[in-house]
Amino acid sequence: MQPHAEMVHWLFATGLLLLGLCLLCEAIVGTEVWRMRRWRAYLWPGLAFALGIAMWPVMALYTNSAIHMYAHGSWAETMMLAGGAELGLVSGRLRSGWWRLAMPLAFVVSGVAFLVHEQNTWLFSRSAFLHHLIGWSLVGTAVFPLGLAFRRRSVGLQTGFALSFFLFAVLLYCDRDVAPIFGHLSPLAGAPHR
Amino acid sequence: MESHHAERIPLERASTRSRRASLVSLVGPVTVAAGFVWGILQPHRVTLLHPSGQGFWWLVLEAPLLVAVAGLVFALVVARPLIADLEERDAAAR
Repeated sequence: MQPHAEMVHWLFATGLLLLGLCLLCEAIVGTEVWRMRRWRAYLWPGLAFALGIAMWPVMALYTNSAIHMYAHGSWAETMMLAGGAELGLVSGRLRSGWWRLAMPLAFVVSGVAFLVHEQNTWLFSRSAFLHHLIGWSLVGTAVFPLGLAFRRRSVGLQTGFALSFFLFAVLLYCDRDVAPIFGHLSPLAGAPHR
Repeated sequence: MESHHAERIPLERASTRSRRASLVSLVGPVTVAAGFVWGILQPHRVTLLHPSGQGFWWLVLEAPLLVAVAGLVFALVVARPLIADLEERDAAAR
């Protein structure tokens, strides 16, 4: 009765899409207007934290190897850390700006986890290709939250940060359990089920 | 000349702000449209179009529809009050 792994990817893609939409609108209107309503200030940090919590059942129920468990566990921890740090900063319980480094840390750790736990080559299957691409994208786009930690009001960095979530969402929506990539599908990957 | 400048600057600001409100109001509908366009381009990913023999999850979780729903929820829950706040701020500034 469990949904397929690809469906879980689509659900997380939807969460990341919502996160990106919030961040994009905050970049458009400015942080001051975005935080005019208290609930909205907590919205995207809360969503990031919730996505981290949602990663724990994924770790427990979709673990087919130890490396998968470590990867999913590290995503859960770093997403909760990044979301929690932003929640603390918004509420005023955390005051040091250094907490903003939790977000680029989450990007880099998640990216490395993607790259490490995908042991097949790029063109093994679509899933393998996407894991490599998402991994390197996460490492590369970490420059946006890293820059924002030091230049909070930069509209360019805010927009780049928001668009990087759209990129992750699109890549996760493309995921299928077994499907070819650019016409390549290793016979070891199994037969495409749809 | 001075009064001319004094009148033009707030008008330009107002124009910039209304452009921001327009952009925010477009974000949700564009996302919904993206979901529908995706469904049209890849109808096999919308299992509601051919539901017989499909399991529960295949009928509930359909990627193009998830995109459209995300856009709809965002437009109604987030964008609408955000535009109201933006316009309130604009009115107060004028």
